[in-house]
Amino acid sequence: MNRLRALTRIKLGGVVLGLAPVWAILAALLLGTALIAVTGASPIEAYRYLLRGAFGNANSLGDTLIKTTTLVFAGVGMAFAFRCGVFNIGGEGQIYIGALFATVIGLLRLPPVIHLPLALLAGFVGGGLWAAIAGWLKARRGLNEIIVTIFMNYIAVILVSYFVTGPLKEPPGYYPQTAEVAVASQLPVILPGSRLHAGLLLALVSAVVIWVVLRRTSLGFQVRAVGANPTAARHAGINVEGNIVLAMFISGGLAGWAGTAEVLGVQHRLRDFFLVGFGYDAIAVALLGQSDPFGVILAALFFGTLRTGSGAMQRGVGVPTALVFLIQGLAVIFVLIGTVLRARPQLLKSKKGESVRDLVGRIGRTVLKRRAP
Amino acid sequence: MISWDVLVELFLSVGLLNAGVRLATPILLAALGGILSERSGVINIGLEGMMLIGAFAGVAGARAFGSPWAGLVVALAAGGLLALVHAFVCVTLGANQIVSGVAINLIALGLSGYLFRVMFGVTSEPVRVQPFTPAPIPGLSQIPIVGEVLFDQIPLVYLALLLVPALHWLLFRTTWGLQIRAVGEHPRAADTVGINVYRIRYLCVVASGMLAGAGGTVLSLGQLNFFMENMTGGRGFIALAALIFGRWNPWGTLVATLLFGLADPLQLRVQAFDLRIVPFHLLLMLPYVLSLLALAGFVGRSIAPAASGQPYLKDGE
Repeated sequence: MNRLRALTRIKLGGVVLGLAPVWAILAALLLGTALIAVTGASPIEAYRYLLRGAFGNANSLGDTLIKTTTLVFAGVGMAFAFRCGVFNIGGEGQIYIGALFATVIGLLRLPPVIHLPLALLAGFVGGGLWAAIAGWLKARRGLNEIIVTIFMNYIAVILVSYFVTGPLKEPPGYYPQTAEVAVASQLPVILPGSRLHAGLLLALVSAVVIWVVLRRTSLGFQVRAVGANPTAARHAGINVEGNIVLAMFISGGLAGWAGTAEVLGVQHRLRDFFLVGFGYDAIAVALLGQSDPFGVILAALFFGTLRTGSGAMQRGVGVPTALVFLIQGLAVIFVLIGTVLRARPQLLKSKKGESVRDLVGRIGRTVLKRRAP
Repeated sequence: MISWDVLVELFLSVGLLNAGVRLATPILLAALGGILSERSGVINIGLEGMMLIGAFAGVAGARAFGSPWAGLVVALAAGGLLALVHAFVCVTLGANQIVSGVAINLIALGLSGYLFRVMFGVTSEPVRVQPFTPAPIPGLSQIPIVGEVLFDQIPLVYLALLLVPALHWLLFRTTWGLQIRAVGEHPRAADTVGINVYRIRYLCVVASGMLAGAGGTVLSLGQLNFFMENMTGGRGFIALAALIFGRWNPWGTLVATLLFGLADPLQLRVQAFDLRIVPFHLLLMLPYVLSLLALAGFVGRSIAPAASGQPYLKDGE
């Protein structure tokens, strides 16, 4: 965490302002508070409803942590690719393909002992391969991975629609969904009175493993080297193309687990449009978490809380649920701005050469002088 | 086996083509905006959000002032303002354009949903407003088939179609166009010869937001006549696909958007005719698959402007 803190520390007016994402979230919440007030509702009441909706009882706590689980898997996945310098915007598609692969295994008749591990493996491989295609197209054919992954998102969502209305449709066949996956392949519930399942533990372990891989292994070193400077990495004898494809495989595999956990842990069958927008949220989560697995966990919890609590907020005090998207978007853009300003402090300099730090210091001194008797 | 007649009826019906052109227009407008932005070197993933905010602003404006044209003006302003944020973050700050675009989309989704609820309350009833009505062009609309398909549309469709040659002329026949392309291909060189890289990028990004906003208005005031949360449903991304498939070129993009625009009504028809020949999901996938193949060079290479996606820093870092 020390390095994370060092990375995100900003100094303004000689004062260390701490973690940039924290400030970005606070700024976004402040704006959100103003917008709540505009609706005529009391912001305190609104946030009280939001928190009660997110943590009020076992059921809501479970739902919050389920959303957090999804975002930790996908967010850590996106962060891993970002560290390798690859912009994986394809979390959405990788979630869908991962879920599809896991469902196919879940629907088979297999010995109970190996059923869950195999379904999990399939989910990882499905999401991983889907992402690796984009990684390969980037590494070998020089295609922009952003555009490729966005298109593959749509293809994946449509593919799942095709399978659940066609080849994998449940036998009676009224709804666009598969039959229920075998009980032996389902993730067990870990919080009585809720739907929270063991996927949360797997997500947390994954985050720790990725943290260790990034910091303590030669693979992590190579991935970060490619991300920092591919040309230098190549001169140092690192296989840049291979690392890009591998990083995308791991990144997509983790996103695939987000979809897998939803199917094996929550819905127990695959439906079309079963998780909407989490792939894009994962990008925001990875950014807010500064591409650090532990940062991602905190950012995921923040997003999960907003998503789960917003319904209660709308029912309780009439504040539109859409507000949470706005808060998320603002938080992302504030972090982005903060990151840039930290990297290029000269942007803050006025034409006279006065930096914001000088300016804040000057204002501070003036204020203090006035206060002084 | 289905007969030839059915296929002709399916693909060549006037109603289908008319609907195709109408459905392609929002995508076309956003894609033309995207061309401008990307030609100047700024990737605009935020097209989706700018369309969405335009769709909302159009309805809000039409409701407030009682005219869809007023709605269009408000939508242009809203799309332009949101694009201004993108321009500030990407051009002035030189931040990551993709992340900015993702944030813009989230902000637009939240802001439009929030304002809609605040202004019109929590209703399940869609808010209806005065929409754009078809304005058949006298004479031209009498031409069999072509007239019905192209010249019996709402005015914004004509405007969008006219923008295609206009943008082509701007980009490839004027000094401005040369400057835009220079900034998108090699900003340092453009700067050296005295072109203001920042100003051109700002103008292009804001224009792209206004065009996307107009596209959103066509969606909300020209087709569905109401606003719904997240009503663009990925059309901004289809626009992105269209401009890549059209190789950052207005004419090519027009062809791509018409192709993608047709996919929608065609899919409905394939379902209605209960044809088992093509799973309609394949049709839905087509825009993205074709764009990917185009990018990968399997159907003629599609190459982005060299500097698109890269921030330009005058002080040279």
